[in-house]
Amino acid sequence: MEALDEIILLERFESRINAGEKIEPKDWMPERYRKQLIRMISQHAHSEVVGMLPEGNWITRAPSLRRKISLLAKVQDEAGHGMYLYSAAETLDVDRRELIEQLLSGQAKYSHIFNYPTLNWADIGVIGWFVDGAAIVNQTMLAKCSYGPYSRANLRICKEENFHKRQGYEIVATMAAGTTEQREMVQDAVNRWWWPSLMMFGPSDNESPNSAELLRWKVKLHSNDELRQRFVDLTVPQSQAVNITLPDPELRYDKKTQHWNFGKINWEEFWNVVKGNGPCNRERLAARQKADDDGAWVREAAVAYTMKRRMNR
Amino acid sequence: MDEWIDDLRFSIIQQSNHPIFQYFNNLFPQNKSMATKDTFGEGEVWEVFIQKETGAPHEHAGSIHAADPEIALQNARDVFARRGEVVSIWVVPANSITASSPDDSGPFFDPANDKIYRHPQFYHIPKSVKGM
Repeated sequence: MEALDEIILLERFESRINAGEKIEPKDWMPERYRKQLIRMISQHAHSEVVGMLPEGNWITRAPSLRRKISLLAKVQDEAGHGMYLYSAAETLDVDRRELIEQLLSGQAKYSHIFNYPTLNWADIGVIGWFVDGAAIVNQTMLAKCSYGPYSRANLRICKEENFHKRQGYEIVATMAAGTTEQREMVQDAVNRWWWPSLMMFGPSDNESPNSAELLRWKVKLHSNDELRQRFVDLTVPQSQAVNITLPDPELRYDKKTQHWNFGKINWEEFWNVVKGNGPCNRERLAARQKADDDGAWVREAAVAYTMKRRMNR
Repeated sequence: MDEWIDDLRFSIIQQSNHPIFQYFNNLFPQNKSMATKDTFGEGEVWEVFIQKETGAPHEHAGSIHAADPEIALQNARDVFARRGEVVSIWVVPANSITASSPDDSGPFFDPANDKIYRHPQFYHIPKSVKGM
């Protein structure tokens, strides 16, 4: 009887999704859907939070006050985006503290891109252009996903993230039109960030075990390869506009498909970074752990103060 | 610190009619030990409602964690109002919200479905009459 109920519930669930309805926290959902969402949303949240580290590095060294206030605002946004996402994950009956512990213990992942170092100021421009650009492509899709709270969080994020990409591109355009040294500096940053940015969309569809299920339940609406192609198609003309060369000799426009063909991605590098062997994996986790430890007394004090006031009442 | 909390909790449990006891239950609704590091310090969950301009309704925006209402308001501002497009914020402890259940949403809202006479289209008016 219970198994039969489950089949009927699953049918109703899938037909709601096919009809374009959103699933809300109290609605029935298959356990797999809940688990996959928790995994995806928490990974996304961790990425926003860890993503503050490579850029935060450059706040005190920004070349002007204008650049500094922009970068400060951008990094603060990333913290806010992490909060939107943890809040969306918590609607699935999981505690934020549990998720943070999973990050700190290395059990949960975050985007591999944040394990690369930011060597100079040009990296800040290129991160805004490529990394936020790639994130926007992904999040624009997620804003239409079938789970209401995750969809709404992404909608909020997309509205704010456009400024991130533009501030990055402005830095790139300024440097690209600057001295020979500045041009070389920004070209070097582009050369280092291009391929890791393409990897952000995840492995190719035939090697992504979760893809089929996520697509069927409209957690994702496009495959990893489709999103990657969209990002390349958007970015190539932007690079041409500022005379920047993308480091791929195989990059060429296919008039028939109206897409930019690109070379082979080095997936070995990707998996190596995901497994913890990127240039900055240890540094990033150590910084997160330190922030958590250093902030503990503030959280404890806030709760203790509240308890004291309640008792005096 | 954790030991101190444990002592405090013990003395409170002994006088469970004290209002603070009820507060602890609200603060840690899953009945987790409040002395465990996992839960301690994250505070309770508050649902956040924001009004984008005067005259507009307050809309649910998401949730935040905070130990008390003042911090809840500040956290809600930092998370949901970074661009000056908000004129008012409400924060409500999540566990004090009672919501309808999707399972009985059919019968629960049913009484309203067949009352077409609550809509203006139900009433026939001579075609020549204007401004109705």
